[in-house]
Amino acid sequence: MIPLLEVDDLSVEFRTRDGIVRALDGVSLTVNRGETVGVVGESGSGKSVTALAILGILHPAARVTSGRAVFGGLDLLTAGEHTLREYRGRELSMIFQNPRTALNPIRPVGRQIEDVLRRHANLGGAQVRPRALELLAQVQIADPARAYHSYPFELSGGMCQRVMIALAVACSPALLIADEPTTGLDVTTQAAILELVEALARRSRMAMILITHDLALAGERCDRIVVMHAGHVVETAPTAELFAAPRHPYTARLIASTPRPGAALADLRPIPGSVPDLRGTLPPCRYHQRCERAIAACDEPPLPRLTVGPAHTVACRVPL
Amino acid sequence: MRGLQHARYVLTENPVTLGAFVLLLAFVLLAALGPSLAPYDPLATNAARTLQAPSRAHWFGTDQVGRDLLSRVMVATRLDFAISLAAVALSFALGSLAGTCAGFFGGWTERLVSRVVDTIMAFPLFVLAMAIVAALGNTIANVVYATAIINFPFYARMARAETNVRREAGYVEAARLAGNGPARVLAFHIFPNCLPPMMVQLSLNMGWAILNAAGLSFIGLGVRPPIPEWGIMVADGAAFMVSGEWWVALFPGLALMLAVFCFNLVGDALRDIIDPRRRT
Repeated sequence: MIPLLEVDDLSVEFRTRDGIVRALDGVSLTVNRGETVGVVGESGSGKSVTALAILGILHPAARVTSGRAVFGGLDLLTAGEHTLREYRGRELSMIFQNPRTALNPIRPVGRQIEDVLRRHANLGGAQVRPRALELLAQVQIADPARAYHSYPFELSGGMCQRVMIALAVACSPALLIADEPTTGLDVTTQAAILELVEALARRSRMAMILITHDLALAGERCDRIVVMHAGHVVETAPTAELFAAPRHPYTARLIASTPRPGAALADLRPIPGSVPDLRGTLPPCRYHQRCERAIAACDEPPLPRLTVGPAHTVACRVPL
Repeated sequence: MRGLQHARYVLTENPVTLGAFVLLLAFVLLAALGPSLAPYDPLATNAARTLQAPSRAHWFGTDQVGRDLLSRVMVATRLDFAISLAAVALSFALGSLAGTCAGFFGGWTERLVSRVVDTIMAFPLFVLAMAIVAALGNTIANVVYATAIINFPFYARMARAETNVRREAGYVEAARLAGNGPARVLAFHIFPNCLPPMMVQLSLNMGWAILNAAGLSFIGLGVRPPIPEWGIMVADGAAFMVSGEWWVALFPGLALMLAVFCFNLVGDALRDIIDPRRRT
């Protein structure tokens, strides 16, 4: 089967005043039609940069130095801006981390949904408004007619996120990228939002990339999980297999440090150190400094990428 | 519909705002209907009634050639408002266009706009306006251009700064992700968000532009006698202050002051009306 999105060997650099930051190095991941893939990692591991690179809206200081991101036969990284504009919003869309800032503060939310529909959906003038109300109802906003006229500041965080979802799925995209969609929402709202997104995705066979730092959450919602650390993909595996038998030391530590019911705080083992500074020359394995299994050979390039099972790869010289 | 409701709410909630708008409305009516409301012909001289103090027949008194000052002050409203409105509209349009482009695109656009703005700001602005009118020719149109040029930096700078802080806002990113090109992002997502602070500037500048136009004609540039204009009338009256005929300069000056005061108050009210976040 041809995957919907195939990212292969993607590297991104940021040119900053203090030197070049190698934010992504050889990132590869695939997303199949209708599948939910979780991208998990600490802050600064390159999760969001991967998403922005796929969508082609990286910061001007960033540069894609290698790789491909093939979506439906088109390499998004080399496609022209005009082609990308047609894809964005219609084929690819994104739910942002902070719904409050991602909505235009001085435009009623209904009008913002209409903007997207007018841009992409080929609807006639009279059909746009009913469709916008329908979308608001679809994301389970209690009083769509009233919400339609509301400004973002008049809605709660959860409501704003529902509006963001309505915006993102307005044109039934083939791939939805959700970048920490539930940060800043309370736990019950989190669950409701994620269930909503899942239901919408199932209904239209929409594939999804769920970016999160919450491994437990990814475990509940995703078919496959991609673990990132310091700009590397360290392990990719089907969810059940990843939790049952993690092969990368980092994944194992990440699972051990994730709170679970019945575990006391003392049972949680934090990962020593923090994500390394990505400036200057880096060792082939960027987890090397934090790793308890490191051996002398870890210092020698290249970083091996081993296939240890069907759809299970790990980037480690001494996997568990 | 909701906008109107809100406008009414803002007006009734704050009596000062209401007062400012009533005053503005009075000025606008005067500008529109001044010539037909004026009790006398503003240009008709009367040698028998020169320099008369305010009386029942001439509420504001008469000037040195016997013209009725009330009529002249009323008729002058249209010209003064027209000059400042045209100048502010021109500098708002050009300044916000240049400023938002500079803030959004950065690079050489930003450098070019910033250097032009710096150059204009390097001059004492009123002297620059004098020089422009003197160089281009002593006409009312040139007073408008000169006033527009000296107001340009304020709009350009403000628009640049406001755009700059919003360039990387979440909703701008979201708009780009929805497939909007830079022009659409700028016009429909960034610029409307810059408007509330710009509106305050706009209204403050209206007052300043009136003062500027009056100042230019006070020193004999732009409007020429016998056309009624507040600046010229104050200049005319200044000579008579020392001999005790205070009314010749006072009333046009008072009109000028009220107009500027009114625009400053309206500026605050406009921001309240335009920014939906204040609709609470």
